[in-house]
Amino acid sequence: MPVLATTIDAGWYLVLASLIFTIGAAGLLTRRNVLVMFMCVELMLNAVNLTFVTFARELNDIRGQVIVFFILAVAAAEVAVGLAIIVAIFRRRRGATADDLDLLKDPTA
Amino acid sequence: MEYFIFFLAAALALAGALGVVLLRNPAHCALSLVVTLISVAIFFAQLGAALLVAMQIIVYAGAIVVLFLFVIMLLGVDRKESVEEPLKFQRPVALVLGVILFAEVVFLIGHQWATGASSSGTAHAIHGGGAGLGGNVERVARSLFTDFLWPFEITAALLVLAVVGAVVLARRSGESADTVGAGAAESGEAG
Repeated sequence: MPVLATTIDAGWYLVLASLIFTIGAAGLLTRRNVLVMFMCVELMLNAVNLTFVTFARELNDIRGQVIVFFILAVAAAEVAVGLAIIVAIFRRRRGATADDLDLLKDPTA
Repeated sequence: MEYFIFFLAAALALAGALGVVLLRNPAHCALSLVVTLISVAIFFAQLGAALLVAMQIIVYAGAIVVLFLFVIMLLGVDRKESVEEPLKFQRPVALVLGVILFAEVVFLIGHQWATGASSSGTAHAIHGGGAGLGGNVERVARSLFTDFLWPFEITAALLVLAVVGAVVLARRSGESADTVGAGAAESGEAG
């Protein structure tokens, strides 16, 4: 069984993961389209997955990879339910941007 | 060579992430997301997580992005979103908050109280610990079906609940019961 793990320093992976996480967070705050906001959440989840796998190698602990397995399953469930909600909103309001969801806004304000 | 692959995949991952945030058309955003997901799969391969490479490609690039594209195509939400912002200063504030977040995360990377210590036992070791523990897939499976058996079963229940919830939510709401039944019969015939 050849060991495929690289000699690249873990810091590179961690900085890259934090960059992807930050880009996803900033996109979540700025974009209006609900679908694109959802994709930004997926970006953040992927950044965290990369962090988990990096620390699994760094700390020599397979449980980091097991956690990523669970995150993948939860992300799949989240996307299925979230997209169903988006479809339901789109049927009702004919639009899928965050600005269309102003039901709680005070109309006199 | 390792560093060459790493920096190539890193550039692709960052370009894909920026594409998701900056491109106007949601379909293009979904395609940029695929670039980032496959780059992350390359990192998993470099880090020796063979099982997760396959799962990343199959579940993320294969299932989740296709689901996104289905919704984009079916709903026709590929209209360009309006450029003007209803909330003033939102973009600069989001940019500043993002930079602060990045600084915080990078700060946390260097501190062991945030990252944890190395595990002492060999039962969960990724490499070493004897050949009896097998390769990557066997080691993940051994951990998954012993220590994490209960969460694993809960995950199965979660997936079933998600399927039921998605079907219930995506059903035509706001119509009377008989038209819903007719719609279900129609889709049943179509299926």
